[in-house]
Amino acid sequence: MAFDILEPGLATSVQDRGRFGYYNVGIPQGGAMDQLSASMANALVGNSAGDAVLECAYLGPRFTTDTDAVIAVAGAPVQVKVNGQTADQWTRLSLAAGDEVSFGMLSGGTRYYVAVQGGIDVPEVLGSRSTYTLGALGGFQGRTLKAGDTVPVGTTSGSSSSGPAWEAVPEDLRPVYAREVTVRILPGLYDHRLTAEGMETLVSTAWKLTPVADRTGLRYAGPDLEWKPRTQPFGAGSDPSNIVDAGYAIGSIQVPGGKEPIVLHRDAVSGGGYAMVATVISADMDVVARSAPGTLTHFEPVTMEQALAARADAARVRRAVWG
Amino acid sequence: MSHAPQHLDAARYTWGGDEFLFVEISESMSLAANFKANAMATRLTARAVDGVVDICPANASLLLRFDPDTVPPDRLEALVREVEEEVAQLSEQTLETRIIEIPVWYDDPYTRETGARFRKGHQRPDGTDLDFAAEENGLSSPQEFIRKHHESPWLVSMVGFVAGLPFMFQIVPQEEQLEVPKYLSPRTDTPPLTVGHGGCFACIYSVRGAGGYQMFGIAAAPIFDPAQKLEDFSDFMIFFRPGDIVKFKPVDEDEYRAIQAEVDAGTFTYRQVPVTFDLQKALTDPTAHNRDILEKLNGI
Repeated sequence: MAFDILEPGLATSVQDRGRFGYYNVGIPQGGAMDQLSASMANALVGNSAGDAVLECAYLGPRFTTDTDAVIAVAGAPVQVKVNGQTADQWTRLSLAAGDEVSFGMLSGGTRYYVAVQGGIDVPEVLGSRSTYTLGALGGFQGRTLKAGDTVPVGTTSGSSSSGPAWEAVPEDLRPVYAREVTVRILPGLYDHRLTAEGMETLVSTAWKLTPVADRTGLRYAGPDLEWKPRTQPFGAGSDPSNIVDAGYAIGSIQVPGGKEPIVLHRDAVSGGGYAMVATVISADMDVVARSAPGTLTHFEPVTMEQALAARADAARVRRAVWG
Repeated sequence: MSHAPQHLDAARYTWGGDEFLFVEISESMSLAANFKANAMATRLTARAVDGVVDICPANASLLLRFDPDTVPPDRLEALVREVEEEVAQLSEQTLETRIIEIPVWYDDPYTRETGARFRKGHQRPDGTDLDFAAEENGLSSPQEFIRKHHESPWLVSMVGFVAGLPFMFQIVPQEEQLEVPKYLSPRTDTPPLTVGHGGCFACIYSVRGAGGYQMFGIAAAPIFDPAQKLEDFSDFMIFFRPGDIVKFKPVDEDEYRAIQAEVDAGTFTYRQVPVTFDLQKALTDPTAHNRDILEKLNGI
């Protein structure tokens, strides 16, 4: 069983929950940018949460299925079409052999997910089916899809016996795709290198997401942040925003030269020489992933206790999906 | 000995959100800080703490990823502080490692062409990155810079940025280290296997992509092989490990092409030999220590 790709879309890739344990050699976690939406798509078709899905960025693919299939599309609001007829998002869809799936324009967000019963059946590499394009590793031949690709679909459903038998995701559980969002951050790492005014600017500005945003990181426009002047330590480089190259926390915010904060995301480079000043808490990484360019973003500082409470809240939502 | 002070104060502990613990061993780069980062990483790996997902030693720091639902942040910090204390008590600071010869075509046409494409905005718009590096280090010519680059060994102080990229620190007294500023604005393209330099660190770019280090040459054989075709990659797709010692060997175009042909045929293997790295010897008499480990390589 397979999907035949007629048009690949802008950057369609195979993703799952991610690849852990190899960050020490520069291989990032990867995985679906918006984990909750990918997980809901899997739940709708009776997969397990770890099954691989197609992640579609902005412009989706056009493909046919070579056998009957059960699919679901969750994530950023987009027009879904089966044989040219509009179909529902956040809902289980049955396809017959030869049916063609395509997508219209997005009306918010950036990425949506196509889950298919049985999962996208590419080989696991280092424990994951996620695509790491920079390393040409995992996913479908280590790259985003091209026209003419035949993407294998698993025939044995990894069905979750405990998952809800939903036909559709209830309205109140669906993520929202707002034009203005609040993202909670835990200050730390090298925050002491900013002046008090610099930190105040970080947390009081409505930052605008620029088009420079991909799976590696997202860059925000706004006022400059002030670093404390200092004599730089040996090996760090000359700018006060430079450090001796160190490991980068995923979700951490760096501000090269004090301009345009960058939030590192699932395909983060694992290290480098820019000081990080705060980190997006785990519960809000999906919120960042859903942000379209132009989204106004407020970085709200929280404590570790608040971050852990938010993590527990996010786990409750996942349990509502998976039972 | 005029080496920089190697005494290390207690590390600084800080959080990267609710899933990362960051331990800054030293603000400045030194062999001692790197040794401590790697020694802590080795001991933490051996402890196999439940809930610790990634242990990433870096040049002068350590990053841990953890699952706070399995190991609460305060308990993890206490564990890591214990390990830091253990490492501080070590009387013998040696590392059983290997020295590897890395053939490099210096001043090659690939990096020269890429450098020419990104000249606008470079600190030295005329000439090459090598010309700039020679001037910055007060050397008479690019050839002199190249000689200083390959005559002494380098310690792999960190692996990362992208898959398998080694950061390397020259095992010579601080005042003899080559230092070059990074590009003012990073390139969007770097040929794979480019030998680069930024701050005091050398690197080899494992894959094509963005990069901010000055470019000096191109390595002849792969260091990242996801298909694991070459013998050196039979265990893992990534060649370098922190603690490896690298000796660059300049090759000309003919030698470069010959190595590439061996790589294509699947017969290339790196020249390498086991050595013991001794931190105190490397600090007190780097000339003798380097001579000893280079003799091991030359003896094979």
